[in-house]
This record gives sequence, structure tokens and C-alpha cells, in this order.
Amino acid sequence: MPTIQPKVEEPAGDELRLVHAAKAGDISAFEELVKRYDRNVFRIANHITQNREDAEDVVQDAFLKAYQNLANFQEQSKFYTWLVRIAVNEALMRLRRRRPERMVSLDEDIKTEEDSMPREVADWAPNPEQLYSQGELKEILGKTIQGLPPSFRTVFVLRDVEGLSTEETADALDLSIPAVKSRLLRARLQLRERLSKYFKNRVGGDGKQ
Amino acid sequence: MTCSEFLKELTDYLDGAMDAQTKAELEDHLQWCHNCFVVCNTTKMTIEIYRESHLYELPDDLRGKLRTAILSRCKCSGESKGES
Repeated sequence: MPTIQPKVEEPAGDELRLVHAAKAGDISAFEELVKRYDRNVFRIANHITQNREDAEDVVQDAFLKAYQNLANFQEQSKFYTWLVRIAVNEALMRLRRRRPERMVSLDEDIKTEEDSMPREVADWAPNPEQLYSQGELKEILGKTIQGLPPSFRTVFVLRDVEGLSTEETADALDLSIPAVKSRLLRARLQLRERLSKYFKNRVGGDGKQ
Repeated sequence: MTCSEFLKELTDYLDGAMDAQTKAELEDHLQWCHNCFVVCNTTKMTIEIYRESHLYELPDDLRGKLRTAILSRCKCSGESKGES
């Protein structure tokens, strides 16, 4: 079975040049960095906050913070990983504000391994995404990922949607590599389990009619 | 190899992050365990569907609006720093 290949390509070699120019006060160089990563930050923020207005605010605040703190960027990691770390913190802060009654933390490890054990093992239709319209599919995927604990969906979105490596994800979230791997496995298995009811092979099954 | 041992290695297997011997053991398990084969295959599909879903794309008009706001806030912050 072929493995999943990372989505994000290595950043162009001129990224460091842009960072240096922005550090020296060149706002157009910073604008280039915004153009390069605004879509990614918006996606990450939406996945974490599950709220579009919050995601818009996170995009603005994360880039502003990055600009104001460029002098502190040590260049030991990629600019993008550093920016993601800022964006994730902003997004979690907004989520906490909206849900003060619930503790929101990347350290939460709320359930046991049991919650991720596969129960549904029916095979899926060969092209499951074609069972639904584009709009229906987005609704299903959005609703499904919303049900994951924030700590799981944050790891999933960074690793599997944005294509960061395990090491970069650990770095951006300040987690250990085993913690990233454990959350990623459980996020993947829980999403798989929940999507099975929509995508399982309908031949003789009880999926969508 | 048991099914729970297989599941523990599933993430590394899908990411291709393992040595040849462990990979061979997992693939041997997949040969005869239909349930693990289905779980492995549908987990891979889950990742691919999310990756290709374009969920939460940033529309062009909003993108322009956000960029203008970001740059104007950056300029203000630069100016106020210069004044202090």
C-alpha cells in the first residue's frame, strides 16, 4: 500500500531573504510572506476555532504578532513553522474565550486508547467523495472534524492537511514527538470511524440511500 | 503480530516512517487480516479526502480585505514603535 506523501513543498530559497528584508523594515517583503501563507493560516485557524469570524481575527493577529516579533525569530526553524506556532496559540486563545466552561489545552488527553479502537470495519465505496455533492461533502467533513477534541484536530490539521512533518508539528505545538504521533493516530482513527457511516460501501449495506 | 500491535504502528506505516523489517511484518499481517486491511485502507482514504477537500478555503475578496488590514496594522505598529 503506497504511503501518504507530504503536501507542502520545501519553501523557496528566497524565504530567508524575505525574512531578512522584513526584519530590516521592508514592509513589501513582509507582504510577500503574508501572501505565501495567509491561506494556510486561515485553514488552520478555522479548523481549530470552528468559527469563521474568529479565524479572520486569528489571521490578522498572527501576522501582526509575527511582524512585531520578527527580531525574536531565531531562524532555527522555518519561518512558516514559527508562524504556525503563533497562529495556533492565537486560535486556542479564541477557542478558550468562546468556551470558558471547558478547559481547552493541547495537553489534554481526555480519553483512553479505547476511544480509538475501530468498531466499524466495513469497506468504503471505491470513490466515496463522489457519493455526495461538493457542498454536502464539505458539510460532512466539517461536522466530523468538529467532533474531535481540539488537541487532536490541531495535530491532524498540521500533519495531514497542511503537510508539516512530525518534527515540525511537535516544534510548532511544543509537544514531544511521541505525543504528536499518539494524537495523530487517535485523530485519524476517530475520523475514519465517524466517516464510515457516510462512506461505507452501500452494496448490501445501510449507508446513504 | 496482533491487530492491536498493528494499529499502534499504523501511523508510521502510512507515513512510510519505519524500517524494512517492521514494514514487512505489517504487510504480512495485512495479507491475512481483512479487518486491519480495511482499517488501514479507509484511514488512508480519510487523510486523502481531508487533504483534497479544500475545506475552509480563503475567498479572494476576504483575502484582499485581510491583507489590507494586516499591512495597515503592521505599518501603524511600526510607526508607533518609531515614535516611542
